[in-house]
Amino acid sequence: MNEKQAGLNIVVVGHVDHGKSTVLGRLLYDTGALPSGAVEKVKKIAHDTGKPFEYAYLLDAFEEEQQQGITIDTTQIQFSTKKRDYIIIDAPGHKEFLKNMISGAANAEAALLVVDAHEGVQEQSKRHAYMLSLLGIRKVYVLVNKMDLVGYREEAFRRIAGVLGEFLSTLDVHPLLYLPVSGFCGDNIAEKSRNMPWYKGKSLLDSLDLMEGKTRMGDSALRFPIQDVYKFDDRRIIAGRIEAGHLAAGDRISIYPGGRETTIASIACWQEKDKKTEAFAGESTGIQVQDEFFNQRGEIITRVGDVPPLVSKRFRASIFWMGRQPLKFHKKYKLKLATQEVEAELAAITKIIDAAELTSRKDAEEIRINDVAEVILQLKEEIAFDLFRDFQATGRFVLVDGYDVAGGGIVSAVEEEGSLFSERTMRYIMEHLPLNGELTVVVKDGKVERLERVEKEVFSGIDGEGI
Amino acid sequence: MEHLDQLEAESIYILREAYKKLGKLGMLWSIGKDSTVLLWLAKKAFYGHVPFPFIHVDTKRKIPEMIVYRDKIAKELGLDLIVHTNQEAIDAGIGPEAGRLLCCKALKTDGLKQVVHQYGFDGLIVGVRRDEEGSRSKERVFSERKEDDAWDYRNQPPELWDQFKTDFPKGHHIRVHPLLAWNEIDIWEYIRQENIPIIDLYFAKNGKRYRSLGCACCTGQIDSEADTLDKIIEELKTTKTNERAGRKQDQEDSYAMQKLRKEGYM
Ligand SMILES: Nc1nc2c(ncn2[C@@H]2O[C@H](COP(=O)(O)OP(=O)(O)OP(=O)(O)O)[C@@H](O)[C@H]2O)c(=O)[nH]1
Ligand SMILES: [Mg+2]
Repeated sequence: MNEKQAGLNIVVVGHVDHGKSTVLGRLLYDTGALPSGAVEKVKKIAHDTGKPFEYAYLLDAFEEEQQQGITIDTTQIQFSTKKRDYIIIDAPGHKEFLKNMISGAANAEAALLVVDAHEGVQEQSKRHAYMLSLLGIRKVYVLVNKMDLVGYREEAFRRIAGVLGEFLSTLDVHPLLYLPVSGFCGDNIAEKSRNMPWYKGKSLLDSLDLMEGKTRMGDSALRFPIQDVYKFDDRRIIAGRIEAGHLAAGDRISIYPGGRETTIASIACWQEKDKKTEAFAGESTGIQVQDEFFNQRGEIITRVGDVPPLVSKRFRASIFWMGRQPLKFHKKYKLKLATQEVEAELAAITKIIDAAELTSRKDAEEIRINDVAEVILQLKEEIAFDLFRDFQATGRFVLVDGYDVAGGGIVSAVEEEGSLFSERTMRYIMEHLPLNGELTVVVKDGKVERLERVEKEVFSGIDGEGI
Repeated sequence: MEHLDQLEAESIYILREAYKKLGKLGMLWSIGKDSTVLLWLAKKAFYGHVPFPFIHVDTKRKIPEMIVYRDKIAKELGLDLIVHTNQEAIDAGIGPEAGRLLCCKALKTDGLKQVVHQYGFDGLIVGVRRDEEGSRSKERVFSERKEDDAWDYRNQPPELWDQFKTDFPKGHHIRVHPLLAWNEIDIWEYIRQENIPIIDLYFAKNGKRYRSLGCACCTGQIDSEADTLDKIIEELKTTKTNERAGRKQDQEDSYAMQKLRKEGYM
């Protein structure tokens, strides 16, 4: 239909009052992206309350936000350039609203980290950066804002870029660009500023288009979590969204955690015009299969021959906690991963990290609000999942405490002890991974007991047993 | 994936989550373009079946063509349609003369509350979009309403990775917003792509058309020559006027929508 690139979701993060909403408001204002009336409305509010005009009010729509000059909850706004459409997510900087910042950032593929040139790097600048790295957001620009307050001096910009850059590299976050801007005065927002001739780069607007677009998961192994099974008419349709890879009628599939195999008979549709024989990552679709086992929500479908998901009752994860009540031992939580739900308990805290100071505490008793931690979780039943670095959608989860989502996390490793791989996973590991003596699998009673560093011969021995 | 396909896939995912995870579910149907797109998406999500009732809160002040159209479509598609009116408020003489916000609250918000509690809905699917106005731009996809139907917008729960709020105490309900990410042009482009039947009040006649539909007393027409889908889409690509500029209740107060929605308005 058009030659535009696929859209990009960008979250704007940083310490409270460093000017995130102002930069965005100014960007929208200068590019004429606002409907008529929007600016007049903000002018009227400024006039009625006797406050100066704030670009931030264009995003901070709640009365409380405007009264207190603070963003409480995220806003998503659409914005387009000739090159592509953007969804820009304005996140709050106040520590109290970290859960809202995370809700916004979790939807983004890229980020703008805003730092006040005058105040420099602060606690939430660091904590937000840490969250970006944990959420797997690698495309980051740093905006050093309020350059007007430091006389547009290059050294002020360099100093902050230096301090922040050093911190970010310890998180393995490597910003693609650093831009000196003033959201309030419009420097380097939609147009290059004349106040900073020493800056040779582009304006924010032109820099956005330089960011790389979405990375597609279309060529990878299939991950098709079952969302529901419908029987509205004579068809029995397994419905869900393809999180990675693709599927086609005729494909042999395995359904995890059980590992049963069958064949896709057809892809279901409502209207003739939507009829198809293949479906790809991102599509909400439905399939009919040849052998009708009892399938249920939560199971993950993959193609025979694809890398299978891991299956276990125990894994290691990096988590962030947003609940008022701390995450405790000996308490049951609901873990939701893709469409699976399972009872979970905290089995161990390996360390708790202060995301702003990067100091860590060991032997902690509980995980408190805004803490980031490395933990081991014990599940009541086996589930199928992946490591986050391999498949994001099936490698991340949330923890529900009572009625509320209170934590989120990413799976970093399968926990060896007590873990039970399915037979298929086992076979796959043996056939496909280049283990060359570094790591192998110890089997007891036909089940994997643990992974161990052993010699290669042991391994082929296992294979010979015909597991 | 094309933009519209992506929006469609996400909305279907949301509808299927609502159907699976919420108990008694209903869909608000205002007869307008957004709720008609929702109806279509539900048909796609559930392969031609719509496994929940439609709810129309009738203020008895709707543009008359809307009611004719509502009954015709409901019959053609065999919809399970609940029509509800806050008759008490009407009998008490409440109308826009009493104040537009008061009227909206009584006839729409309170009318809606009566249906929710009378039928015991756990989930209500509503076709609001982020680009419509400020307080909607801050909404969650699954947005909880307490016993009194209030929206605690200052303390919304985290919502990440499409893990929605599906745990809540009895008596609360969830507003499900499958169209939050769509904008006005997306809606029209989708209507064109899918060939969705739509009420003809949106098409210009004698130089005027409706851009947003509501009660006859509080909904104005815009000047327009757009009498086809293509022309409407062209018009929206160049216009700078706000979609809800013709909705008089929005103009009553700088925070009119926030205030109405806090109390349970859609
Ligand atoms: N002088 C100057 N002031 C600025 C600039 N950018 C923002 N401000 C002011 O800084 C204050 C805070 O700006 P906001 O945009 O609300 O900050 P924020 O980062 O969105 O704050 P939270 O969302 O609450 O974390 C406002 O009063 C702005 O006018 C700038 O470039 N120069
Ligand atoms: Mg802000």
